[in-house]
Amino acid sequence: MKILVCMKQVPQKDAPLKLNEAGTWIREDVSYEVNEPDAFALEEALRQKEKHTGEVVVLTAGPARAQQVLREALAKGADRAIHLEDAAFVGLDAYNTARAIAAAIKDEKFDLIFTGLQSDDYGYAQTGVILAQIQGWPHATIIMQIEKNEGGIRVKRELEAGFFQFVDMPLPAVLTIQSGINKLRYATLIGIKQAKTKPLRKVTMTEVQAAVGGNLQKIEKLYVPQKSKNTEFLEGPPAEVAKKLVEKLKNEVRVL
Amino acid sequence: MTDIILVVVEQREGKLNRVSWETITAGQAIAAQTGWTLEAAVVGSGVGTIAGEVAAKKVAKVYDIESAKLEPYTPDAFSHALKEFLTKHPAKVVLMPHTYQVRDFVPKLATSLHTTAVSDVIGCKYDGGKLLFTRQMFQGKFVADVSFAGAGPCFVTFQNGSFRADKVEAGASAAPVETVNVDVPDGVVRNKPQEVFKEAKQAVDLTQAEIIVSVGRGIKEQKNIELAKQLADALGGEIAASRPICDNGWLPMDRQIGSSGQTVAPKLYLALGISGAIQHIVGMKGAKSIVAINKDSEAPIFEIADYAVVGNLFDIVPPLIEEVKKAKG
Ligand SMILES: Cc1cc2nc3c(=O)[nH]c(=O)nc-3n(C[C@H](O)[C@H](O)[C@H](O)COP(=O)(O)OP(=O)(O)OC[C@H]3O[C@@H](n4cnc5c(N)ncnc54)[C@H](O)[C@@H]3O)c2cc1C
Ligand SMILES: Cc1cc2nc3c(=O)[nH]c(=O)nc-3n(C[C@H](O)[C@H](O)[C@H](O)COP(=O)(O)OP(=O)(O)OC[C@H]3O[C@@H](n4cnc5c(N)ncnc54)[C@H](O)[C@@H]3O)c2cc1C
Repeated sequence: MKILVCMKQVPQKDAPLKLNEAGTWIREDVSYEVNEPDAFALEEALRQKEKHTGEVVVLTAGPARAQQVLREALAKGADRAIHLEDAAFVGLDAYNTARAIAAAIKDEKFDLIFTGLQSDDYGYAQTGVILAQIQGWPHATIIMQIEKNEGGIRVKRELEAGFFQFVDMPLPAVLTIQSGINKLRYATLIGIKQAKTKPLRKVTMTEVQAAVGGNLQKIEKLYVPQKSKNTEFLEGPPAEVAKKLVEKLKNEVRVL
Repeated sequence: MTDIILVVVEQREGKLNRVSWETITAGQAIAAQTGWTLEAAVVGSGVGTIAGEVAAKKVAKVYDIESAKLEPYTPDAFSHALKEFLTKHPAKVVLMPHTYQVRDFVPKLATSLHTTAVSDVIGCKYDGGKLLFTRQMFQGKFVADVSFAGAGPCFVTFQNGSFRADKVEAGASAAPVETVNVDVPDGVVRNKPQEVFKEAKQAVDLTQAEIIVSVGRGIKEQKNIELAKQLADALGGEIAASRPICDNGWLPMDRQIGSSGQTVAPKLYLALGISGAIQHIVGMKGAKSIVAINKDSEAPIFEIADYAVVGNLFDIVPPLIEEVKKAKG
């Protein structure tokens, strides 16, 4: 199976985020990491390849710093990488991101495309499904298991509140992968070494420009949410805080 | 002709998903602000009863969009049917709840109409002739006001709990219901869905627990779960967790709180090292009292906490266990 994994670089989970001056995004001087479900998508692709042979290609759209995501993926075992490299790619809405990706892979023949189910920054939760529609392929979302079968694949969709559903579908297809579908591997030293020699194709904005249009959604203003609750902050050294909290649990919450 | 706001209610296996009432409340609020006309639609096979139920609310009209191919749900059939409908009945905005089902087909539908979907919205404003939708960004650390461009229709999906189902206005009289039969040709539907099932054997019923101590990724290692268990035991409560803890297998899945786990409403919910992502919050915000211990003073969990402790849980939990034991004598 030939599998493409779309991976996005996002601000690190624990990074303190500050608003930019225009109040439209965060300041870019933060640390970045791979979007969490995308790491699970890569792991799943590597496992499918190990079972059925084939090729795993990883792709990201973003500035030079995003190459780190591809390097890590190659070190974990991906065969080659595609980097849509331009600072302008990160500002595209989900529709245009998908259109740019589709244009960049038009000469490839994938059986499967994996994306994460949603990003940790904007959280559109749409890019994979949009890409499927652009390609004219079927899709399934929030996937927790993938098995090859006669006519294509059987996937396990997660539904709300602990429910699941199996879906049979033909290939090629797009799947959006949920965190927790598998256990992630670490890159090995030898993998990190090999990664340096693996092919990485760069695609410029100019090459895909014809496929991309204006954004259909615009962030007018980004801001810190207003608190809706009167939160009481308990302060002091740990022993004192513990005492204060127990007082509250006794006298106000009345559970002690 | 005025602009149309269309609410597509959600049905699964012929039953109305109650979260749809929240979306109708949202639609009524937008209609009041803009003066646009609010209509509703239900999509399925033999779902006329639901259309009737919705027609009792204050909406101008209800469409019952029917095809045998719409049961069971598939993204192909739903997207096809609504595209056909919207091509004949243009709307300015189309509102739906942000459910797993809607997430599954709306991006496809919007793309097939060359338009966009603003997802997981928590509020809206009408400002100088422009509709703005508020949505969480960066996992709830920020919110953004988002506008849409293009000819539309703009799809908008609302986060669970953003509008109140009990605020939905009833109509003076029942709204007219029009049945629209759509043709979903053979070959459109490619996926074959099987029966829906529940996997986790429920060994514990957290919905009945009065006190819950819940751990998140801040607990760092599996062996530290013991510390949280000791606190739960001292309080006489149950242990629960955020999703990554259960994904790791550190606690069984039936102890997961959130949209893909349990929904609980204890007297006390004590969150240790949980950031407060919306998918977690929907499972516990009904708690009478919420205590959060987190080292990050800007963690979104503090927005819904009654009592907050900013600090390292490993410093605070041990003395807390001692104090609880003392208090209990
Ligand atoms: C400064 C700035 C301003 C912005 N302003 C706007 C704005 O005004 N309007 C707007 O619509 N967007 C804006 N964006 C872009 C927005 O943040 C998203 O990156 C974009 O819309 C895609 O949505 P998402 O990442 O939430 O996708 P999702 O649909 O949530 O992502 C799902 C999956 O798609 C894949 N994927 C998504 N993006 C990429 C990528 N770049 N490379 C590889 N795989 C990917 C990943 O597998 C991911 O898990 C802005 C971004 C920046 C940096
Ligand atoms: C479709 C979907 C369904 C989902 N369903 C669920 C669900 O049912 N339940 C659920 O929980 N999640 C669910 N999620 C995942 C959710 O989005 C979050 O990723 C998850 O809740 C984060 O878990 P967390 O708070 O434990 O981890 P993180 O977000 O990593 O937060 C860890 C927190 O611990 C704090 N911390 C770290 N060290 C310490 C310390 N020493 N002392 C104190 N604090 C510390 C950090 O400041 C941080 O705030 C779902 C996501 C999606 C997309």
